[in-house]
Formats: sequence, C-alpha cells, structure tokens
Amino acid sequence: MKFSVVVYGAPYSNEASASALNFSQAVIDQGHSIYRLFFFSDGVHNANRFVVTPQDEINLQDEWEKLIQEYSIDSIVCVTSGLKRGIINEGEAKRHKLDVSSIKPNSELSGLGQLIDAYSNSNRIISFG
Amino acid sequence: MAKETQTFTILARTPPYGSNRSSLLLDIALTSSIFEHNTNYVFMGDGVFQLLKGQDADQIKSKTLGKALKALSLYGIDNIFIQESSLEERSIAQEDLILEAKILNQNELKALIKGSDSVISL
Repeated sequence: MKFSVVVYGAPYSNEASASALNFSQAVIDQGHSIYRLFFFSDGVHNANRFVVTPQDEINLQDEWEKLIQEYSIDSIVCVTSGLKRGIINEGEAKRHKLDVSSIKPNSELSGLGQLIDAYSNSNRIISFG
Repeated sequence: MAKETQTFTILARTPPYGSNRSSLLLDIALTSSIFEHNTNYVFMGDGVFQLLKGQDADQIKSKTLGKALKALSLYGIDNIFIQESSLEERSIAQEDLILEAKILNQNELKALIKGSDSVISL
C-alpha cells in the first residue's frame, strides 16, 4: 500500500514528530511504501539542519534525515510554512539575502500542490500533530 | 490510480483564531481548487465560528479569516456546507453568518463524506 505522512508538529514539543517517524519506519518495515512525506506548519522544524541536542537525547531531525536518505523517500517541506519559520534552501537564501540554507539536504521546499497530489496518489494519508 | 478530477471534502472543525489550523485548511482547499478538483467545504463543530459576522483580527495581529472565506467562490468553491447540529448547539442563526451555506443534517453529511475521494479535516 502507498502511504503519505503529513507532519504538523514540531519536534520535542509534543509526540507528533517522533510518532510520525516511528510510523514511517513501520510502514517500510511491513513492506509498504511511502509516496511522500509532507512537513507542514510547525512540522517544518523537522527539516532544520541547525539543531544540536543534548548527548543523551535523540536528534529527531537527524533520524528523519537517515530514514529519508536510506529509503530515498520524497520529502517535502511546505515553502510557505518553511519561509515563515526560517527553513530555507539556497535559492530562497539568495533571493531574500540571507547567509545560508537551513534545510536538511534530503528534503525539498515546495508548495501545497504536493500535498494535494499526495492525497490523489496515495492509498492512505496519515497526519501527525 | 488517480482520476483527473477528484472530489475533496474539507472539514473545518476548529475556531478561526487561537491556532493556525483554520487558515492552513483554507490554503489546502484553495490549492485543491487550483488543481480543478471538486471541493466541498464543510463547517462543523467549533468550525462554524469561522463564519461569524463582525470578525476583526487586526487587534490580535492576525489576518481576518472571514474575509478570505468570503472569497471562496472566486476560487470556484461554491459547495459550502454547515452541519445543522453545530449551529443549533451554539445558538447561531444563519443570518449571523458571512456567507450562504447549505445546511446539512447528519445523514446528508455522511453521504457527502462517503461520496468523496479525499477528506481533509483540521
């Protein structure tokens, strides 16, 4: 079955992000596929590459990145939500005269059309947060 | 797998202010209409507060959601519904609302959801 996962929650504030990560791993472990990850609203913080966690805590951004990379998952960060929250890529950084890109390398900024497309092309959409 | 034109039903269940859910949902609905899907917009539960007249969000440094909702028909979203019981529970009359919507009872709402390809609820 093709799943898409939508994450509305920021990591560390509530369980949404960790649950979404566990769910995504379980989808793959059980032989299903992920059509798309979509990080929306506060969920965009999951793709922030400037995150340092205490040594005895899990870095959820890194965990997402590993999963996305290992299984070549299509990972989209909503561009409107991202720009408002400081999650930008190189193109946006140049356009808005900011120093550097802040988005994790295996996620991409794109529009809500990608969410509508996920609704049209997935068997199930599961939202967290 | 996907048909070209699908029916999206949007369930607006949160109040207009206090969280960004109501405006996120509006953005999703507007995007679905750009894709030329059939979009149903249903206000239910505390979501009916989104349609109240007299909104002014300037004072809370926010955008007035009601103004944007009034423009739904410009985006080709004309199928706007309200759950009957949600209005009754909150003592809201139709003349208190900023736009005309079709009133749905439980069975009609059930049928609308059943006939949809995707249901998005926030």
